[in-house]
Amino acid sequence: MPIYKRSYERYQGPLTPEWLRFLVPARYAWQELRERRFFGLFLLGTLLCPVICALLIYLRHNLGALEALRLDARKLVPIDEGFFLFFLGFQSMLSFFVAAIAGPGLVAADLTHGALPLYLARPLTRRSYVLGKVSVLVILMSLITWVPGLLLVGLQWSLEGDAWLEAHRRIAFALLAGSWIWILVLSLMVLAISAWVRWKPLAGAALFLIFFLGGALGNASNELLGTHWGQLLNLSHLVGTVWVNLFGRAAQTGAGAVFFRVQARGGQTPEWAAWAMLIGVGLLSLALLHRKLRAVETVR
Amino acid sequence: MAPLVELEGLEVRFGRRTVLHGLSGSFSGEAIGLLGPNGAGKTTLIHTLLGLVAPSAGTARLGGFDIRRETRPLKAATGYMPENDAFIASMTGVGFVRLMAELAGLPPKAAMERAHEALFFVGLGEARYRRLGTYSTGMKQMVKLAQAVAHGPSLLVLDEPTNGLDPPGRERMLELIRQIRATGQARLLISSHLLRDVEETCDQVLILKDGRIAAFCDLDEERRTHRRWIELEARGAGPAFLEEIRRSGCEVLWTPNGRGRLTLPDGLTTRSLFEIAARHGVQLVRLSYKRDSLEELFFRAMESLDADL
Repeated sequence: MPIYKRSYERYQGPLTPEWLRFLVPARYAWQELRERRFFGLFLLGTLLCPVICALLIYLRHNLGALEALRLDARKLVPIDEGFFLFFLGFQSMLSFFVAAIAGPGLVAADLTHGALPLYLARPLTRRSYVLGKVSVLVILMSLITWVPGLLLVGLQWSLEGDAWLEAHRRIAFALLAGSWIWILVLSLMVLAISAWVRWKPLAGAALFLIFFLGGALGNASNELLGTHWGQLLNLSHLVGTVWVNLFGRAAQTGAGAVFFRVQARGGQTPEWAAWAMLIGVGLLSLALLHRKLRAVETVR
Repeated sequence: MAPLVELEGLEVRFGRRTVLHGLSGSFSGEAIGLLGPNGAGKTTLIHTLLGLVAPSAGTARLGGFDIRRETRPLKAATGYMPENDAFIASMTGVGFVRLMAELAGLPPKAAMERAHEALFFVGLGEARYRRLGTYSTGMKQMVKLAQAVAHGPSLLVLDEPTNGLDPPGRERMLELIRQIRATGQARLLISSHLLRDVEETCDQVLILKDGRIAAFCDLDEERRTHRRWIELEARGAGPAFLEEIRRSGCEVLWTPNGRGRLTLPDGLTTRSLFEIAARHGVQLVRLSYKRDSLEELFFRAMESLDADL
């Protein structure tokens, strides 16, 4: 129908497959993020650490470069579980900021002015809608965490040989599993908060509040009650606990970025408790999304 | 004609509150108007028919699709314009309509073309690159219509389409609905509490009250069978004038103060009345052409349901 005719005409052309329809909201969310220059720059900045880590790995295996820089290979950071745990911690901290910038707008923008009924009045289920929105965060955070992490593992393996991989066989799995735990919990949390508060700036603030206030509350209750269970309120501590166990290092050594450092003081949270809390947070977020993402709000 | 809406004991409950009480019936108009006072259950019925609210009992079919078992094809075939605000403030008009068309299944290129066409159709061609957050209330109503028609559905469900529109905007909206109907390419279900909107756009009316069907009437049939009334005020109207009017087939109810109510037979136009008046030297001061309006039907339905309850 040419625009000058200005009349109604039924569409009878081809349709896209329904099972791929969840990609539509994801693509539009990407498009919106691409228009934000600061976000693009920040995303680019998250590559800095992987590049430095790649250089370190390369240096350790390049005698010419070590001699030229007058560096002793033994004094360089060892490429082991600790190295990759630090990498994961640092990158995950950056991914937290990325999620805090990109996440709140994903759902809140649709809810603020009631666009959700329009989505759900089309052949798109709530599950597909959430999947589409979550996939944006999952892809973003993957590009910051496990994707460069596994590339670094591959680089180290190619330079060091099979013996290194044999000696550090946990690393690849720990990187992948540790990243996915973090990505899933954080993505669901961001969407749930966004659906709950329905206002982008407030949703971003609420995310920071939950993380930092939770940590502070946890520490305060530990001090006041003389226990270590207060750490169950500290999400970064819980994630750190799971990671440390995945990487197979003693929990009290503490590793990863400052954000995820497992504190020895006051005893450690058992791994099962950390898992249970993280699963609980994920399920709570899903329940919140189920409750808040409805086409129609009914007054009972 | 195949039924547009079929209801089979459709009941909707929100908690302990029953909003729709076992509605049943089959309605097959080209454009069905859903009328009723606020809180009658019009929007709930629409939400249920669209699969946005699950019925507590019974079922229904919209455009031949079962609302319980065939939600996906039903939604693919339907364009929905909600009553309240429904937009994404940060998106441009064309971006938003394109997104909605893509969600309905159109490939990106076709969706873009249809988005432009739909926005020109509703008169927002010049404003299509502006962000929706900057649109006026009237423009937001129009963009809601654009997103409902962009994917070219065979069913259009419009919930209070003239909400918040000024008189020219309202006329424009009604004209667009009439145009869509005239193409014969989409059947319409229009909810409104404004009788004139329904009267001007629909051929059948389903009247709801307190979640029950109060009446259903075929407006075209009503228009054909109901007698037409003229309210007349005349100076110098004597018995000879009234007698000739009666002879022409009119029923006349006349008062001594020069006012009366005439019921016109089919084929008699107001021109004939002017000719009779001219022959008798009668001056027609006021002539208002009325027919049995939807308003009267509506109030009759409200009263009859009250009496039944």
